[in-house]
Amino acid sequence: MSFGLVPLIAALNVRAAEVAQAGDAGESALRGLFGGSPWAAIPSAIVGFILIFAVAGGLPVILVWAERRGAGRIQQRPGPNRVGPFGLFQTIADGFKLMVKEDIIPARASRALFMLAPGIVLAGVLGAFAMLPLSKNAILVDTDLGVFLIFALLSLGVIGVVIAGWASNNKWSILGAMREAAQMVSYEIPLGICVLVAVMHYGTLNLREMCAMQAGGFAGIENWLICQYIPFGAITFVIMYVALLANTKRAPFDLPEAESELVSGFHTEYSGIRFSFFFLEEYAAMFLVSGVIVCTHLGGWNLPFVSGEFMTGSLVGQILSALVVITKALFLVWVMIWVRWTLPRIRIDQVMNLCYKYLTPISFVCLLAVTLWKPFWGWLGLM
Amino acid sequence: MSQLGDVPTVGNEVVLDVRTQDMEINMGPQHPSTHGVLRVVITADGEIITSARPYVGYIHRCAEKIGESVTYEMFVPYTDRYDYLAAMNNNIGFCMAVEKAADLEVPPRAVWIRMICSELNRIASHLLAFGTYGIDLGAFTPFLYGFREREWILSLFEKICGARLMYSYVFPGGVANDVPDGWFDEVLEFCDVFEKKWRDYDKLLTRNKIFIERTKNVGVVPPEMAREYGWTGPCLRGSGVRYDLREAQPYMYYDQVSFDVPVGRGEMGTVGDCWDRYNVRMEEMLQATRITRQCVQACIRDTNPGEIQGDKPKTLKVKPTEAYVGIENPRGELGHFIVTDGKDTAYRLKVRGPSFCNISILEAMLPGTMLADAVAIIGSIDIVLGEVDR
Repeated sequence: MSFGLVPLIAALNVRAAEVAQAGDAGESALRGLFGGSPWAAIPSAIVGFILIFAVAGGLPVILVWAERRGAGRIQQRPGPNRVGPFGLFQTIADGFKLMVKEDIIPARASRALFMLAPGIVLAGVLGAFAMLPLSKNAILVDTDLGVFLIFALLSLGVIGVVIAGWASNNKWSILGAMREAAQMVSYEIPLGICVLVAVMHYGTLNLREMCAMQAGGFAGIENWLICQYIPFGAITFVIMYVALLANTKRAPFDLPEAESELVSGFHTEYSGIRFSFFFLEEYAAMFLVSGVIVCTHLGGWNLPFVSGEFMTGSLVGQILSALVVITKALFLVWVMIWVRWTLPRIRIDQVMNLCYKYLTPISFVCLLAVTLWKPFWGWLGLM
Repeated sequence: MSQLGDVPTVGNEVVLDVRTQDMEINMGPQHPSTHGVLRVVITADGEIITSARPYVGYIHRCAEKIGESVTYEMFVPYTDRYDYLAAMNNNIGFCMAVEKAADLEVPPRAVWIRMICSELNRIASHLLAFGTYGIDLGAFTPFLYGFREREWILSLFEKICGARLMYSYVFPGGVANDVPDGWFDEVLEFCDVFEKKWRDYDKLLTRNKIFIERTKNVGVVPPEMAREYGWTGPCLRGSGVRYDLREAQPYMYYDQVSFDVPVGRGEMGTVGDCWDRYNVRMEEMLQATRITRQCVQACIRDTNPGEIQGDKPKTLKVKPTEAYVGIENPRGELGHFIVTDGKDTAYRLKVRGPSFCNISILEAMLPGTMLADAVAIIGSIDIVLGEVDR
């Protein structure tokens, strides 16, 4: 399974990028474990890769279960409830089924690319997990590039999807891939601008530092970006969340795989383990982007009325902060699930309209407002 | 060179340097949104459809020919199987044609029960149309909400005839058996509950912003065009034409009950768009509960239990004649034309199916729309392929 190596290579590259910045101490617990020399990059990349794979492979089990149970609740039916307690092992059973299924490659597909595509899609998301901080030291790659690298790696996914659509030699697949490409590229504009607002505000690209800077203030939430620049911080949160919904191909932006229009879109021809890679990627990406927006806008590991020193200082605080980040991210994932089972799907031209006529201009206004915020209030003598 | 300056043109068409090839896509017969085995060959320029050609006949079962070789009573179960979502209505349509040819009297109680079944089946059918339309547009949840109420109707039918989909309950001369005790009360209870649930559908899907954006001004069919293509039923009324056989040519006792005929008013966009057709169905469901209530009251008030079969010989032989009866099926005018020759089988049976006539418009409607709109349009016509192909 050659494509299994791709995430590993990605993780190694990410690690190498970090090592290249000699002299930067970093806060990663891995660095503490293996020391800061360039030679430590290899063992820590392997450990990091295993950790990521465990987390990103285990998370979808929970998330798929939550999605199916949540959908069941919303639709007045029980959902999976037979395999294990509350049906928790249903996903594992399904995953096993997918693994032992015949791996079908269409006769006239482009074999190599068809096999490579799921690996690329998964590699991007798994690589991006390395920069997501769960607490002050629980971050695999503590680099200055942080959020930039996350979105760079996430956009690898679009390449994988386009390759999957083209290599399948199926007209529905290629239509899905084209939709994905158009949608992803468009929504990265408002998304990028919202991230830029966050970067401008904090003066860093590192998500861990962003989290640390959101501690303290009135009621412990004053410094969260969502409460800053009222109302522009909150607006960028909404825009970023919508853009991330589109980036992760979640309803109502699930056009690339719109099952009622394009059969299954870009993964129509995929089955078995390769299909499960797309499946894994979707849920891992949902959690990842929710984690990112938690770190940029929702205070990261900070809780209201709890001091930042407590969360970063002690081991208890660090464990608590990991729980806080995960809980906040899971809540946002739940909102995605909720939206998916409530709303119809938008049409492709409406997707583009929403992006270019509304989200992009509004996010530019937010960028401008945040840029001029301090000079303006200073000019009025209020700050 | 034209007014466009340096852009090369032929006539008024701009000739682009880069010519992209149109893509021919085969939508169906195995496609999730063609509601069965409809096949539409679409030529698309990117997402825009340039031409579309529907092909039908994948589940043709020669129902009409079979009708010429089996007795009238034996053909009733076959009528269940063309529009399997409105089997009661099909039974009634065929039986009324036979009764008209044979001059059979139907006792009032049987007629009232037929009307109740007809309207309940209309609700069940429209609920499925509502649910699948949600799925076509990417909202899965309304489908299961619709099924929840449809389930109740099916169990009501199960109580009177033992079947949940293929009823064969209505027979020439009456209905198969009388309703069980307490059945009328349950029908009334259903009507009350259903009207409450209907408001949920309204909030969840009908007034949903995305849903409206997807359906308004999409697939607009002006009234003249709808008439030209022989549209009937909710599709025709969605285009603003007030034509409902229950009102225009009252059959059974539809002239004794009061109800409104909802028509498309272009509430969200243009008259005759997908939203109008959809909304006509939604409002028809409320009217159907209204009719059902009146029928139940009249049936209890005016008739005695047990009088459900008229005076019919065991084997029906009809003297040479011909008869046409059209009834308002959930999808439009379902007509049965029977030519008899004195034997116990029909000499000729012709069925005029609403889905078959309604679907013929696709070739004219689809070009110029987007692929996603094609799904919305096919869904809004609400076809049942079993009846298109028969």
